[in-house]
Amino acid sequence: MSVNKEDVAKIASLARIKMSDDELERMVPELNQILGWVDQLSEVDCSNVEPMTAVIPNTLRLRADEVNADPKTGGDRRDDVLANAPAAEHGFFGVPKVIE
Amino acid sequence: MTDLTNLGVAAIRDGVKNGDFTAREVAEAFNANVAAASALNAFIVTTPEKALEAADAVDADRAAGKDLGSMAGVPIGMKDLFATKGVQTTAASHILQGFTPQYESTVSSNLWAAGAGMLGKLNLDQFAMGSSNETSYFGNVTSPWRRPDGSNTPMSPGGSSGGSSTAVSARLAPAATGTDTGGSIRQPAAFTGITGVKPTYGRCSRWGVVAFASSLDQAGPMAHDVRDCAIMLGAMAGFDPKDSTSLDLPVPDWEAALNSDLKGKKVGIPKEYRMDGTDPEILQSWDNGIAWLKDAGAEIVDISLPHTKYALPAYYIIAPAEASSNLARYDGVRYGLRDLPDGAGLQEMYAETRAAGFGDEVKRRVLIGTYVLSAGFYDAYYNQAQKIRTLVAQDFEKAWEHCDVILAPTTPSASFGLGEKSDDPLGMYLNDVFAVPASLAGLPAMSVPCGVNSEGLPLGLQIVGKAFDEQGVMNAGLAIEERAGFTAKPEKWW
Repeated sequence: MSVNKEDVAKIASLARIKMSDDELERMVPELNQILGWVDQLSEVDCSNVEPMTAVIPNTLRLRADEVNADPKTGGDRRDDVLANAPAAEHGFFGVPKVIE
Repeated sequence: MTDLTNLGVAAIRDGVKNGDFTAREVAEAFNANVAAASALNAFIVTTPEKALEAADAVDADRAAGKDLGSMAGVPIGMKDLFATKGVQTTAASHILQGFTPQYESTVSSNLWAAGAGMLGKLNLDQFAMGSSNETSYFGNVTSPWRRPDGSNTPMSPGGSSGGSSTAVSARLAPAATGTDTGGSIRQPAAFTGITGVKPTYGRCSRWGVVAFASSLDQAGPMAHDVRDCAIMLGAMAGFDPKDSTSLDLPVPDWEAALNSDLKGKKVGIPKEYRMDGTDPEILQSWDNGIAWLKDAGAEIVDISLPHTKYALPAYYIIAPAEASSNLARYDGVRYGLRDLPDGAGLQEMYAETRAAGFGDEVKRRVLIGTYVLSAGFYDAYYNQAQKIRTLVAQDFEKAWEHCDVILAPTTPSASFGLGEKSDDPLGMYLNDVFAVPASLAGLPAMSVPCGVNSEGLPLGLQIVGKAFDEQGVMNAGLAIEERAGFTAKPEKWW
């Protein structure tokens, strides 16, 4: 399978990365080279193979349903959470206006 | 007194414990080497005061007669992928420039608790995406090694843990943390003549490690020799309830059980790794490794890993797919860069921020990942790759019926000059052709230096073991180390 410039523009918009025309042009052959190379995977008959879901057998654990179970990841960490926000205001993440 | 910066982890720990020198003297010596090595660009941020602070705490504990930790007095370099409280953590990206974590990664916490100190945050390929350290926003890392032809071409230290490999091989740090997603510990270790271990997936907590591909990422030690790696891995590893993929298993005392006598052990040689066009010097180093392991008492058996050829293309679907999802968090809202043109809305802010904050290789992989996960292509690419991943893991399962560990080259070539491969993404990916299969299967693997090529550049041998058998991997590594007699060092030019 291969992609053209419109496809790459669509992918870039899905990935939320703004790209100029030049960048899109440049990306088309690069992506096609990589996609052409990974196409060899279609040679392998995988009709009876389960896709891998866990690389090492491990049971997914759930944490206890308690507030503040861990002092680092529990609640009441508002200032820590906001410390690196580019535009924190009034104890919230600030974003551009999204409603009229 | 001998130059303290020539010492490794075990020698520093023992020397501090015995009172041969103080932890402060060690930290000062390494701080000085770090400060004098800016030409290598191995560090993004240096933290000499952190190294001194940890050293003083160790010296005070010793004076008070307290028990010292396994890394007591050892100052280390921390790959800038580990969140360190109060110290900028960037993953070598512009989008995280200035990000100051309010928390400490579990691996780094474990190391500090064991008495280690931090010399600084080490440069890497941006978001760990790269095999040459040419994708960092903070500039290329230059290997301390050079070809002895007088051309002074700056050489690649490998990637993504290239700041780590450079710091250790140039004696700026006795050891450093690395992370390995598809070879990012083993390949730079091989390029710079040091030792690096990628443990079983889940041995080291990923909590607080900037995520690249979560089902593959695994932290590990990079140091001068096998014993130093065994000590440091013991300090890094352990169950962490904050990482749901963390292994709830005791951490063995790998250092105490090191044993290079391989009698009764079988070493598998995978025929598929003898690829057409492999550098004859790499094949020669592999043959040397086979002879050394025989000499250590091991029996050599031929094995087959039939899906080897497909491991690398499968990896270059799975890793970008996971990366495209993991990197979605960099949106200009929660941390890091925000690019908000006048009058822009939320969607434009996302797109502008990510355009300005990600480098070319990161963009390329996020786009590939977005594509292979998109409706219509998910089954053909992503699901097929996950099935191939099952087949790669099954190849290893079958191999373990015939052998205990596998020996292979770490890389298809020695280091190359910076810029010599950077315009060929696919060619660059081939660096990891021998490293990726073990990553896909989650297995422990390491690289040990085994000699230099005709250009005087280091080469590494790779050992892959069964899940949870880091001991078997390191024992075979020790057998090679004892016989290879690798003593080459880069000549100081920086």
